[in-house]
Amino acid sequence: MAKTYNAGVKEYRETYWMPEYEPKDSDFLACFKVIPQDGVPREEIAAAVAAESSTGTWTTVWTDLLTDLDYYKGRAYKIEDVPGDDAAFYAFIAYPIDLFEEGSVVSVLTSLVGNVFGFKALRACRLEDIRFPLAYVMTCGGPPHGIQVERDKMDKYGRPMLGCTIKPKLGLSAKNYGRAVYECLRGGLDFTKDDENVTSQPFMRWRDRFLFCQDAIEKSQAETGERKGHYLNCTAGTPEEMYERAEFAKEIGTPIIMHDYLTGGFTANTGLANYCRKNGLLLHIHRAMHGVIDRNPHHGIHFRVLTKALRLSGGDHLHSGTVVGKLEGDREATLGWIDLMRDSFIAEDRSRGIMFDQDFGAMPGVLPVASGGIHVWHMPALVSIFGDDSVLQFGGGTLGHPWGNAAGAAANRVALEACVQARNEGKEVEKEGKEILTNAAKHSPELKIAMETWKEIKFEFDTVDKLDVKHK
Amino acid sequence: MSIQDYPSRLSDPQSRKAETFSYLPKMTAEQIKAQVQYIIDKGWNPAIEHTEPENAFSYYWYMWKLPMFGETSADAVLEEVDACIKANPNNHVRLIGYDNYAQSQGANMLIKRGDM
Repeated sequence: MAKTYNAGVKEYRETYWMPEYEPKDSDFLACFKVIPQDGVPREEIAAAVAAESSTGTWTTVWTDLLTDLDYYKGRAYKIEDVPGDDAAFYAFIAYPIDLFEEGSVVSVLTSLVGNVFGFKALRACRLEDIRFPLAYVMTCGGPPHGIQVERDKMDKYGRPMLGCTIKPKLGLSAKNYGRAVYECLRGGLDFTKDDENVTSQPFMRWRDRFLFCQDAIEKSQAETGERKGHYLNCTAGTPEEMYERAEFAKEIGTPIIMHDYLTGGFTANTGLANYCRKNGLLLHIHRAMHGVIDRNPHHGIHFRVLTKALRLSGGDHLHSGTVVGKLEGDREATLGWIDLMRDSFIAEDRSRGIMFDQDFGAMPGVLPVASGGIHVWHMPALVSIFGDDSVLQFGGGTLGHPWGNAAGAAANRVALEACVQARNEGKEVEKEGKEILTNAAKHSPELKIAMETWKEIKFEFDTVDKLDVKHK
Repeated sequence: MSIQDYPSRLSDPQSRKAETFSYLPKMTAEQIKAQVQYIIDKGWNPAIEHTEPENAFSYYWYMWKLPMFGETSADAVLEEVDACIKANPNNHVRLIGYDNYAQSQGANMLIKRGDM
Protein backbone atom coordinates (compact mmCIF):
# COMPACT_ATOMS: atom_id res chain seq x y z
CA MET A 1 0.00 0.00 0.00
CA ALA A 2 1.25 3.49 -0.80
CA LYS A 3 2.42 5.64 2.10
CA THR A 4 0.83 8.93 3.05
CA TYR A 5 2.71 12.18 3.52
CA ASN A 6 3.04 13.47 7.09
CA ALA A 7 5.09 16.64 7.38
CA GLY A 8 7.28 17.11 10.46
CA VAL A 9 10.30 15.73 12.27
CA LYS A 10 10.56 11.96 12.80
CA GLU A 11 12.87 10.18 15.19
CA TYR A 12 15.75 8.79 13.16
CA ARG A 13 15.61 5.39 14.82
CA GLU A 14 12.15 4.71 13.45
CA THR A 15 13.60 4.57 9.97
CA TYR A 16 17.36 4.00 10.20
CA TRP A 17 17.95 1.71 13.22
CA MET A 18 17.67 -1.88 11.92
CA PRO A 19 19.35 -4.30 14.32
CA GLU A 20 17.76 -7.21 12.44
CA TYR A 21 19.39 -6.23 9.12
CA GLU A 22 21.92 -8.67 7.65
CA PRO A 23 24.45 -6.83 5.51
CA LYS A 24 24.81 -8.02 1.92
CA ASP A 25 28.11 -8.79 0.18
CA SER A 26 27.46 -5.84 -2.11
CA ASP A 27 26.86 -3.36 0.75
CA PHE A 28 29.32 -0.76 1.88
CA LEU A 29 29.91 -1.17 5.62
CA ALA A 30 31.21 1.61 7.83
CA CYS A 31 32.25 1.71 11.45
CA PHE A 32 32.04 5.07 13.20
CA LYS A 33 33.34 5.73 16.69
CA VAL A 34 30.85 8.15 18.18
CA ILE A 35 30.61 10.26 21.33
CA PRO A 36 27.00 11.48 21.66
CA GLN A 37 25.80 14.61 23.40
CA ASP A 38 24.60 13.86 26.91
CA GLY A 39 21.24 12.16 27.18
CA VAL A 40 20.85 11.05 23.55
CA PRO A 41 20.34 7.27 23.30
CA ARG A 42 22.91 5.26 21.31
CA GLU A 43 20.34 3.84 18.89
CA GLU A 44 19.10 7.30 18.02
CA ILE A 45 22.65 8.53 17.42
CA ALA A 46 23.61 5.50 15.29
CA ALA A 47 20.43 5.96 13.27
CA ALA A 48 21.18 9.66 12.88
CA VAL A 49 24.65 8.87 11.56
CA ALA A 50 23.14 6.41 9.08
CA ALA A 51 20.56 8.99 8.00
CA GLU A 52 22.89 11.96 7.69
CA SER A 53 25.45 9.95 5.74
CA SER A 54 22.84 8.61 3.32
CA THR A 55 19.30 9.64 2.40
CA GLY A 56 18.10 11.56 5.42
CA THR A 57 17.55 15.18 6.18
CA TRP A 58 16.19 16.73 9.39
CA THR A 59 12.53 16.79 8.32
CA THR A 60 10.30 14.72 6.11
CA VAL A 61 9.82 16.09 2.57
CA TRP A 62 7.08 15.13 0.11
CA THR A 63 9.58 14.07 -2.57
CA ASP A 64 10.72 11.26 -0.22
CA LEU A 65 7.61 9.46 -1.42
CA LEU A 66 8.66 9.56 -5.07
CA THR A 67 11.41 7.00 -4.48
CA ASP A 68 12.05 3.78 -2.61
CA LEU A 69 13.76 5.32 0.41
CA ASP A 70 13.65 2.02 2.26
CA TYR A 71 16.03 0.65 -0.33
CA TYR A 72 18.38 3.62 -0.62
CA LYS A 73 18.74 4.43 3.06
CA GLY A 74 21.79 3.65 5.20
CA ARG A 75 21.05 1.12 7.92
CA ALA A 76 22.48 1.27 11.42
CA TYR A 77 22.67 -2.46 12.15
CA LYS A 78 24.95 -2.85 15.14
CA ILE A 79 26.27 -1.00 18.19
CA GLU A 80 29.32 -2.05 20.19
CA ASP A 81 31.16 -0.75 23.24
CA VAL A 82 34.58 0.70 22.56
CA PRO A 83 37.12 -1.24 24.67
CA GLY A 84 38.67 1.02 27.26
CA ASP A 85 36.48 4.04 26.43
CA ASP A 86 33.16 4.52 28.24
CA ALA A 87 32.25 7.76 26.53
CA ALA A 88 32.29 6.39 22.97
CA PHE A 89 30.63 3.53 21.12
CA TYR A 90 30.97 1.97 17.66
CA ALA A 91 28.07 2.42 15.26
CA PHE A 92 28.02 0.03 12.29
CA ILE A 93 26.17 1.22 9.20
CA ALA A 94 25.42 -0.59 5.94
CA TYR A 95 24.83 1.29 2.68
CA PRO A 96 23.48 -0.14 -0.59
CA ILE A 97 26.09 -0.01 -3.37
CA ASP A 98 23.89 2.20 -5.59
CA LEU A 99 24.50 5.19 -3.31
CA PHE A 100 27.96 5.68 -4.74
CA GLU A 101 29.24 6.53 -8.20
CA GLU A 102 31.42 3.81 -9.71
CA GLY A 103 35.17 4.39 -9.51
CA SER A 104 34.84 7.48 -7.31
CA VAL A 105 36.25 7.47 -3.80
CA VAL A 106 35.25 11.13 -3.88
CA SER A 107 31.61 10.09 -4.04
CA VAL A 108 32.03 7.64 -1.16
CA LEU A 109 33.82 10.08 1.14
CA THR A 110 31.45 12.95 0.34
CA SER A 111 28.63 10.86 1.82
CA LEU A 112 30.40 9.03 4.60
CA VAL A 113 32.42 11.90 6.01
CA GLY A 114 30.22 14.74 4.80
CA ASN A 115 27.61 16.66 6.76
CA VAL A 116 27.39 13.96 9.40
CA PHE A 117 30.66 15.14 10.94
CA GLY A 118 29.20 18.52 11.78
CA PHE A 119 25.99 17.09 13.16
CA LYS A 120 25.07 18.74 16.48
CA ALA A 121 23.86 15.61 18.28
CA LEU A 122 27.39 14.20 18.05
CA ARG A 123 30.08 15.57 20.30
CA ALA A 124 32.71 13.74 18.27
CA CYS A 125 32.80 11.20 15.47
CA ARG A 126 35.53 9.18 13.81
CA LEU A 127 35.27 6.96 10.75
CA GLU A 128 37.25 3.90 11.86
CA ASP A 129 36.91 1.67 8.81
CA ILE A 130 35.00 1.13 5.57
CA ARG A 131 34.40 -2.25 3.93
CA PHE A 132 34.38 -1.56 0.20
CA PRO A 133 32.45 -4.36 -1.54
CA LEU A 134 34.50 -6.22 -4.15
CA ALA A 135 31.94 -5.26 -6.80
CA TYR A 136 32.84 -1.62 -6.17
CA VAL A 137 36.60 -2.24 -5.88
CA MET A 138 36.46 -3.61 -9.42
CA THR A 139 35.18 -0.26 -10.72
CA CYS A 140 38.27 1.57 -9.43
CA GLY A 141 41.55 1.90 -11.32
CA GLY A 142 43.79 1.28 -8.34
CA PRO A 143 47.58 1.48 -8.37
CA PRO A 144 48.98 2.37 -11.81
CA HIS A 145 51.39 -0.58 -11.68
CA GLY A 146 51.53 -2.23 -8.27
CA ILE A 147 54.29 -3.93 -6.36
CA GLN A 148 55.05 -6.80 -8.71
CA VAL A 149 55.31 -4.64 -11.84
CA GLU A 150 57.40 -2.05 -10.02
CA ARG A 151 59.86 -4.75 -8.95
CA ASP A 152 60.10 -5.96 -12.53
CA LYS A 153 60.56 -2.47 -13.96
CA MET A 154 63.16 -1.48 -11.37
CA ASP A 155 64.72 -4.98 -11.45
CA LYS A 156 64.94 -5.19 -7.64
CA TYR A 157 63.93 -8.30 -5.72
CA GLY A 158 64.24 -10.00 -2.37
CA ARG A 159 64.81 -6.92 -0.27
CA PRO A 160 63.14 -3.63 0.70
CA MET A 161 64.03 -0.71 -1.55
CA LEU A 162 65.94 2.26 -0.20
CA GLY A 163 65.08 5.92 -0.55
CA CYS A 164 65.93 9.35 0.80
CA THR A 165 64.17 12.69 0.89
CA ILE A 166 66.47 15.47 -0.30
CA LYS A 167 67.18 18.20 2.27
CA PRO A 168 67.15 21.06 3.00
CA LYS A 169 63.60 20.84 1.81
CA LEU A 170 63.45 24.43 0.66
CA GLY A 171 65.95 26.83 -0.81
CA LEU A 172 68.35 24.77 -2.93
CA SER A 173 68.96 25.69 -6.55
CA ALA A 174 68.02 23.02 -9.09
CA LYS A 175 71.63 22.18 -9.86
CA ASN A 176 72.71 21.86 -6.25
CA TYR A 177 69.61 19.79 -5.57
CA GLY A 178 70.51 17.46 -8.44
CA ARG A 179 73.97 17.07 -6.92
CA ALA A 180 72.42 15.82 -3.67
CA VAL A 181 70.32 13.36 -5.68
CA TYR A 182 73.31 12.09 -7.65
CA GLU A 183 75.41 11.54 -4.53
CA CYS A 184 72.63 9.51 -2.85
CA LEU A 185 71.99 7.34 -5.88
CA ARG A 186 75.66 6.61 -6.67
CA GLY A 187 76.13 5.54 -3.06
CA GLY A 188 73.56 2.75 -3.38
CA LEU A 189 70.04 4.08 -2.84
CA ASP A 190 67.31 3.02 -5.26
CA PHE A 191 65.27 6.20 -5.02
CA THR A 192 65.46 9.77 -3.88
CA LYS A 193 62.42 11.92 -3.22
CA ASP A 194 61.32 15.49 -3.64
CA ASP A 195 60.33 16.87 -0.30
CA GLU A 196 56.57 17.43 -0.40
CA ASN A 197 57.10 21.16 0.10
CA VAL A 198 59.06 21.33 -3.14
CA THR A 199 56.76 22.10 -6.06
CA SER A 200 57.89 25.01 -8.24
CA GLN A 201 59.09 27.85 -6.09
CA PRO A 202 61.02 30.90 -7.30
CA PHE A 203 64.35 29.46 -6.08
CA MET A 204 63.88 26.21 -8.05
CA ARG A 205 61.36 25.95 -10.87
CA TRP A 206 60.06 22.47 -11.57
CA ARG A 207 61.42 22.12 -15.11
CA ASP A 208 64.97 22.92 -14.01
CA ARG A 209 64.70 20.45 -11.14
CA PHE A 210 63.32 17.69 -13.37
CA LEU A 211 66.19 18.03 -15.85
CA PHE A 212 69.00 18.09 -13.28
CA CYS A 213 67.49 15.18 -11.35
CA GLN A 214 67.16 13.15 -14.55
CA ASP A 215 70.84 13.78 -15.29
CA ALA A 216 71.66 12.55 -11.77
CA ILE A 217 69.61 9.41 -12.36
CA GLU A 218 71.29 8.65 -15.67
CA LYS A 219 74.82 9.16 -14.46
CA SER A 220 74.32 7.15 -11.27
CA GLN A 221 72.80 4.32 -13.30
CA ALA A 222 75.81 4.24 -15.61
CA GLU A 223 78.14 4.35 -12.63
CA THR A 224 76.49 1.69 -10.47
CA GLY A 225 74.91 -0.49 -13.13
CA GLU A 226 71.62 -0.43 -11.20
CA ARG A 227 68.25 1.14 -11.97
CA LYS A 228 67.49 4.39 -10.13
CA GLY A 229 64.63 6.84 -9.73
CA HIS A 230 63.77 10.18 -8.19
CA TYR A 231 60.17 10.95 -7.23
CA LEU A 232 59.56 14.13 -9.21
CA ASN A 233 56.76 15.97 -7.42
CA CYS A 234 53.98 16.88 -9.84
CA THR A 235 51.63 18.22 -7.15
CA ALA A 236 50.50 21.61 -8.41
CA GLY A 237 47.92 24.33 -7.89
CA THR A 238 45.78 23.24 -10.84
CA PRO A 239 45.20 19.93 -12.63
CA GLU A 240 46.42 21.47 -15.89
CA GLU A 241 49.76 22.37 -14.31
CA MET A 242 50.00 18.93 -12.68
CA TYR A 243 49.51 17.16 -16.02
CA GLU A 244 52.02 19.45 -17.74
CA ARG A 245 54.67 18.39 -15.21
CA ALA A 246 53.75 14.72 -15.52
CA GLU A 247 53.97 14.91 -19.28
CA PHE A 248 57.40 16.50 -19.16
CA ALA A 249 58.54 13.80 -16.72
CA LYS A 250 57.40 11.18 -19.20
CA GLU A 251 59.18 12.94 -22.08
CA ILE A 252 62.54 12.96 -20.33
CA GLY A 253 62.17 9.24 -19.57
CA THR A 254 62.10 9.36 -15.80
CA PRO A 255 60.66 6.24 -14.11
CA ILE A 256 58.61 7.67 -11.23
CA ILE A 257 56.70 10.81 -10.26
CA MET A 258 54.99 11.93 -7.08
CA HIS A 259 51.74 13.38 -5.78
CA ASP A 260 50.34 14.55 -2.46
CA TYR A 261 46.91 12.94 -2.41
CA LEU A 262 45.23 14.72 0.47
CA THR A 263 46.29 18.31 -0.18
CA GLY A 264 46.04 17.72 -3.95
CA GLY A 265 42.72 15.98 -3.56
CA PHE A 266 41.30 12.64 -4.64
CA THR A 267 40.04 13.87 -8.00
CA ALA A 268 43.50 15.06 -8.99
CA ASN A 269 45.07 11.91 -7.58
CA THR A 270 42.82 9.53 -9.47
CA GLY A 271 43.40 11.45 -12.68
CA LEU A 272 47.16 11.40 -12.22
CA ALA A 273 47.09 7.67 -11.42
CA ASN A 274 45.24 7.07 -14.68
CA TYR A 275 47.83 9.16 -16.51
CA CYS A 276 50.65 7.14 -14.93
CA ARG A 277 49.04 3.83 -15.88
CA LYS A 278 48.60 5.02 -19.45
CA ASN A 279 52.14 6.31 -19.75
CA GLY A 280 54.22 3.80 -17.81
CA LEU A 281 55.18 6.07 -14.91
CA LEU A 282 55.33 4.78 -11.34
CA LEU A 283 53.49 6.97 -8.83
CA HIS A 284 54.76 7.78 -5.33
CA ILE A 285 52.12 9.14 -2.95
CA HIS A 286 52.85 11.44 -0.05
CA ARG A 287 50.24 12.10 2.65
CA ALA A 288 50.65 15.69 3.88
CA MET A 289 47.62 16.73 6.01
CA HIS A 290 46.90 13.18 7.19
CA GLY A 291 47.87 14.08 10.77
CA VAL A 292 45.11 16.70 10.81
CA ILE A 293 42.56 14.12 9.74
CA ASP A 294 43.64 10.93 11.46
CA ARG A 295 45.53 11.68 14.67
CA ASN A 296 42.71 12.58 17.06
CA PRO A 297 41.39 9.26 18.41
CA HIS A 298 37.86 10.64 18.75
CA HIS A 299 37.27 12.76 15.68
CA GLY A 300 38.22 12.49 12.03
CA ILE A 301 39.08 9.60 9.73
CA HIS A 302 41.36 6.74 10.68
CA PHE A 303 44.43 6.32 8.45
CA ARG A 304 43.33 2.80 7.51
CA VAL A 305 40.38 4.40 5.69
CA LEU A 306 42.68 6.89 3.97
CA THR A 307 44.89 3.92 3.01
CA LYS A 308 42.03 2.02 1.41
CA ALA A 309 40.85 5.16 -0.36
CA LEU A 310 44.33 5.72 -1.82
CA ARG A 311 44.65 2.13 -2.98
CA LEU A 312 41.37 2.54 -4.86
CA SER A 313 42.21 6.01 -6.20
CA GLY A 314 45.67 4.88 -7.31
CA GLY A 315 49.29 5.05 -6.20
CA ASP A 316 52.26 2.67 -6.27
CA HIS A 317 53.84 3.92 -3.02
CA LEU A 318 52.21 5.33 0.10
CA HIS A 319 53.80 6.65 3.28
CA SER A 320 52.86 4.41 6.18
CA GLY A 321 54.83 5.68 9.16
CA THR A 322 57.88 3.90 10.50
CA VAL A 323 56.81 2.76 13.98
CA VAL A 324 60.40 3.40 15.11
CA GLY A 325 61.19 6.95 13.92
CA LYS A 326 60.24 10.50 14.83
CA LEU A 327 56.60 10.41 13.69
CA GLU A 328 53.50 8.97 15.32
CA GLY A 329 52.66 5.31 14.77
CA ASP A 330 51.46 2.41 16.86
CA ARG A 331 53.08 -0.87 15.78
CA GLU A 332 49.98 -3.08 15.59
CA ALA A 333 47.86 -0.42 13.92
CA THR A 334 50.65 0.24 11.40
CA LEU A 335 50.91 -3.47 10.60
CA GLY A 336 47.15 -3.36 9.98
CA TRP A 337 47.26 -0.65 7.35
CA ILE A 338 50.42 -2.08 5.77
CA ASP A 339 48.37 -5.25 5.14
CA LEU A 340 45.63 -3.09 3.65
CA MET A 341 48.16 -1.65 1.20
CA ARG A 342 49.72 -4.90 0.06
CA ASP A 343 47.40 -7.88 0.44
CA SER A 344 44.61 -9.16 -1.75
CA PHE A 345 42.38 -10.19 1.17
CA ILE A 346 42.61 -8.75 4.67
CA ALA A 347 40.55 -10.44 7.37
CA GLU A 348 38.87 -8.59 10.25
CA ASP A 349 41.43 -8.29 13.04
CA ARG A 350 40.50 -6.13 16.01
CA SER A 351 44.00 -6.51 17.48
CA ARG A 352 45.17 -4.42 14.50
CA GLY A 353 42.11 -2.19 14.41
CA ILE A 354 40.72 -3.82 11.27
CA MET A 355 36.94 -3.86 11.68
CA PHE A 356 35.90 -5.70 8.51
CA ASP A 357 37.09 -8.33 6.06
CA GLN A 358 38.29 -6.49 2.95
CA ASP A 359 38.63 -8.16 -0.44
CA PHE A 360 40.68 -6.26 -3.04
CA GLY A 361 40.37 -9.05 -5.61
CA ALA A 362 42.97 -8.67 -8.35
CA MET A 363 43.74 -5.02 -7.55
CA PRO A 364 47.53 -4.52 -7.36
CA GLY A 365 49.16 -3.68 -4.05
CA VAL A 366 50.80 -0.46 -2.87
CA LEU A 367 54.34 -0.38 -1.45
CA PRO A 368 54.38 1.05 2.07
CA VAL A 369 57.02 3.75 2.53
CA ALA A 370 58.67 4.09 5.94
CA SER A 371 60.11 7.57 6.18
CA GLY A 372 60.96 10.00 8.95
CA GLY A 373 63.69 10.10 11.58
CA ILE A 374 65.21 6.70 10.85
CA HIS A 375 68.89 5.72 10.57
CA VAL A 376 71.06 2.61 10.28
CA TRP A 377 70.42 1.48 13.85
CA HIS A 378 66.73 1.16 12.99
CA MET A 379 67.45 -1.11 10.03
CA PRO A 380 67.02 -4.48 11.82
CA ALA A 381 63.63 -3.42 13.23
CA LEU A 382 62.50 -1.98 9.90
CA VAL A 383 63.38 -5.15 7.98
CA SER A 384 61.47 -7.20 10.56
CA ILE A 385 58.41 -4.97 10.63
CA PHE A 386 58.06 -4.16 6.94
CA GLY A 387 59.51 -7.21 5.17
CA ASP A 388 60.68 -7.03 1.57
CA ASP A 389 57.75 -5.23 -0.01
CA SER A 390 58.48 -1.74 1.27
CA VAL A 391 60.57 1.36 0.70
CA LEU A 392 62.73 2.44 3.62
CA GLN A 393 63.58 6.12 3.42
CA PHE A 394 66.45 7.62 5.34
CA GLY A 395 66.57 11.41 4.93
CA GLY A 396 68.79 12.80 7.66
CA GLY A 397 70.03 9.23 8.07
CA THR A 398 71.66 9.47 4.63
CA LEU A 399 72.41 13.16 4.15
CA GLY A 400 73.66 13.64 7.70
CA HIS A 401 76.53 11.18 7.28
CA PRO A 402 79.83 12.86 8.21
CA TRP A 403 81.34 11.93 4.83
CA GLY A 404 78.38 13.03 2.74
CA ASN A 405 75.41 11.56 0.90
CA ALA A 406 77.19 8.83 -1.07
CA ALA A 407 78.81 7.39 2.04
CA GLY A 408 75.52 7.70 3.92
CA ALA A 409 73.73 5.86 1.14
CA ALA A 410 76.36 3.10 1.06
CA ALA A 411 76.09 2.70 4.84
CA ASN A 412 72.34 2.20 4.56
CA ARG A 413 72.65 -0.21 1.67
CA VAL A 414 75.26 -2.34 3.45
CA ALA A 415 73.16 -2.36 6.63
CA LEU A 416 70.06 -3.36 4.68
CA GLU A 417 71.73 -6.17 2.79
CA ALA A 418 73.38 -7.49 5.95
CA CYS A 419 69.99 -7.61 7.70
CA VAL A 420 68.33 -9.35 4.75
CA GLN A 421 71.15 -11.88 4.50
CA ALA A 422 70.90 -12.61 8.22
CA ARG A 423 67.12 -12.90 8.08
CA ASN A 424 67.39 -15.37 5.19
CA GLU A 425 69.88 -17.37 7.25
CA GLY A 426 67.17 -17.74 9.89
CA LYS A 427 68.55 -15.24 12.40
CA GLU A 428 66.26 -13.15 14.60
CA VAL A 429 67.22 -9.85 13.06
CA GLU A 430 65.64 -7.53 15.59
CA LYS A 431 67.21 -9.34 18.53
CA GLU A 432 70.63 -9.82 16.97
CA GLY A 433 70.64 -6.45 15.20
CA LYS A 434 73.65 -5.00 16.97
CA GLU A 435 75.83 -7.98 16.16
CA ILE A 436 74.68 -8.10 12.53
CA LEU A 437 75.43 -4.43 11.97
CA THR A 438 78.73 -4.56 13.84
CA ASN A 439 79.90 -7.47 11.69
CA ALA A 440 78.80 -5.72 8.49
CA ALA A 441 80.67 -2.57 9.54
CA LYS A 442 83.94 -4.52 9.55
CA HIS A 443 84.09 -4.35 5.78
CA SER A 444 82.28 -1.00 5.40
CA PRO A 445 83.95 2.09 6.85
CA GLU A 446 80.87 4.05 5.72
CA LEU A 447 78.61 1.94 7.94
CA LYS A 448 81.04 2.03 10.84
CA ILE A 449 81.07 5.82 10.98
CA ALA A 450 77.28 5.98 10.51
CA MET A 451 76.83 3.72 13.52
CA GLU A 452 79.07 5.96 15.59
CA THR A 453 77.22 9.10 14.48
CA TRP A 454 73.65 8.04 15.26
CA LYS A 455 74.07 5.75 18.20
CA GLU A 456 72.27 7.89 20.75
CA ILE A 457 69.26 9.25 18.84
CA LYS A 458 65.94 7.90 20.03
CA PHE A 459 62.34 9.02 19.79
CA GLU A 460 60.62 7.66 22.85
CA PHE A 461 57.34 9.52 23.15
CA ASP A 462 54.02 7.90 23.84
CA THR A 463 51.70 7.37 20.87
CA VAL A 464 48.72 9.75 20.93
CA ASP A 465 46.43 7.69 18.71
CA LYS A 466 46.43 4.24 20.27
CA LEU A 467 44.25 1.32 19.26
CA ASP A 468 41.07 0.95 21.28
CA VAL A 469 41.98 -1.71 23.83
CA LYS A 470 40.91 -2.42 27.36
CA HIS A 471 43.19 -0.67 29.84
CA LYS A 472 41.37 -1.07 33.11
CA MET B 1 88.20 9.30 11.60
CA SER B 2 88.99 11.87 8.93
CA ILE B 3 86.64 12.40 6.00
CA GLN B 4 86.95 9.76 3.30
CA ASP B 5 86.19 9.87 -0.40
CA TYR B 6 83.53 7.60 -1.86
CA PRO B 7 85.58 5.77 -4.48
CA SER B 8 83.03 4.98 -7.17
CA ARG B 9 84.00 5.82 -10.77
CA LEU B 10 82.44 5.55 -14.19
CA SER B 11 85.88 4.52 -15.45
CA ASP B 12 86.19 1.64 -12.98
CA PRO B 13 84.24 -1.53 -13.81
CA GLN B 14 84.61 -2.59 -10.16
CA SER B 15 82.24 0.26 -9.26
CA ARG B 16 79.40 -1.53 -11.05
CA LYS B 17 76.99 -3.21 -8.63
CA ALA B 18 74.43 -5.88 -9.40
CA GLU B 19 71.51 -5.46 -7.01
CA THR B 20 70.80 -7.53 -3.88
CA PHE B 21 73.93 -8.53 -1.94
CA SER B 22 76.30 -6.79 -4.34
CA TYR B 23 77.27 -4.44 -1.48
CA LEU B 24 78.36 -7.33 0.72
CA PRO B 25 81.71 -9.14 0.66
CA LYS B 26 82.10 -12.34 -1.33
CA MET B 27 79.96 -15.07 0.17
CA THR B 28 81.43 -18.28 1.54
CA ALA B 29 80.11 -21.63 0.32
CA GLU B 30 78.28 -22.00 3.62
CA GLN B 31 76.63 -18.60 3.25
CA ILE B 32 75.49 -19.40 -0.27
CA LYS B 33 74.02 -22.65 0.95
CA ALA B 34 72.02 -20.82 3.63
CA GLN B 35 70.49 -18.59 0.94
CA VAL B 36 69.62 -21.60 -1.22
CA GLN B 37 67.97 -23.19 1.79
CA TYR B 38 65.98 -19.99 2.39
CA ILE B 39 64.57 -20.16 -1.15
CA ILE B 40 63.68 -23.84 -0.74
CA ASP B 41 62.07 -23.24 2.66
CA LYS B 42 59.93 -20.50 1.15
CA GLY B 43 58.60 -22.99 -1.37
CA TRP B 44 60.06 -21.02 -4.28
CA ASN B 45 61.63 -22.53 -7.38
CA PRO B 46 65.42 -22.06 -7.48
CA ALA B 47 67.05 -20.83 -10.68
CA ILE B 48 70.53 -19.73 -11.73
CA GLU B 49 71.43 -16.95 -14.16
CA HIS B 50 74.74 -15.51 -15.33
CA THR B 51 76.08 -12.74 -17.55
CA GLU B 52 79.21 -10.96 -18.66
CA PRO B 53 79.74 -8.14 -16.12
CA GLU B 54 79.56 -5.50 -18.85
CA ASN B 55 76.02 -6.65 -19.73
CA ALA B 56 74.73 -6.90 -16.18
CA PHE B 57 72.35 -3.92 -16.56
CA SER B 58 70.08 -5.91 -18.93
CA TYR B 59 66.87 -7.25 -17.46
CA TYR B 60 67.61 -10.65 -18.93
CA TRP B 61 70.74 -12.59 -18.05
CA TYR B 62 71.52 -16.03 -19.51
CA MET B 63 69.64 -18.88 -17.86
CA TRP B 64 71.81 -21.71 -16.58
CA LYS B 65 69.52 -24.49 -17.78
CA LEU B 66 65.85 -24.26 -16.75
CA PRO B 67 64.69 -23.26 -13.26
CA MET B 68 64.89 -26.22 -10.88
CA PHE B 69 61.16 -26.66 -10.36
CA GLY B 70 60.31 -28.46 -7.15
CA GLU B 71 63.97 -28.99 -6.17
CA THR B 72 64.23 -29.39 -2.40
CA SER B 73 67.89 -30.35 -2.04
CA ALA B 74 70.20 -27.41 -1.37
CA ASP B 75 73.16 -29.56 -2.40
CA ALA B 76 71.63 -30.29 -5.79
CA VAL B 77 71.21 -26.55 -6.37
CA LEU B 78 74.76 -25.85 -5.22
CA GLU B 79 76.11 -28.43 -7.68
CA GLU B 80 74.46 -26.47 -10.48
CA VAL B 81 75.84 -23.19 -9.06
CA ASP B 82 79.34 -24.69 -9.14
CA ALA B 83 78.86 -26.05 -12.64
CA CYS B 84 77.67 -22.63 -13.85
CA ILE B 85 80.64 -20.84 -12.26
CA LYS B 86 83.07 -23.38 -13.67
CA ALA B 87 81.68 -23.00 -17.16
CA ASN B 88 81.55 -19.19 -16.91
CA PRO B 89 84.40 -18.06 -14.63
CA ASN B 90 84.30 -14.47 -15.85
CA ASN B 91 80.55 -14.07 -15.39
CA HIS B 92 78.40 -12.67 -12.62
CA VAL B 93 76.19 -15.41 -11.21
CA ARG B 94 72.88 -14.83 -9.46
CA LEU B 95 70.50 -17.07 -7.60
CA ILE B 96 66.78 -16.61 -8.08
CA GLY B 97 63.75 -17.89 -6.21
CA TYR B 98 60.69 -17.82 -8.44
CA ASP B 99 57.52 -17.19 -6.45
CA ASN B 100 54.80 -18.38 -8.81
CA TYR B 101 51.98 -17.19 -6.54
CA ALA B 102 53.22 -13.60 -6.51
CA GLN B 103 54.23 -14.00 -10.17
CA SER B 104 57.51 -12.44 -9.16
CA GLN B 105 60.95 -13.31 -7.94
CA GLY B 106 60.90 -13.67 -4.15
CA ALA B 107 64.68 -13.67 -4.21
CA ASN B 108 67.27 -12.55 -6.71
CA MET B 109 70.77 -12.23 -5.33
CA LEU B 110 74.28 -11.91 -6.61
CA ILE B 111 76.26 -14.85 -5.27
CA LYS B 112 79.43 -14.54 -7.34
CA ARG B 113 81.05 -11.59 -9.08
CA GLY B 114 82.74 -12.33 -12.36
CA ASP B 115 86.54 -12.48 -12.15
CA MET B 116 87.85 -9.24 -13.63
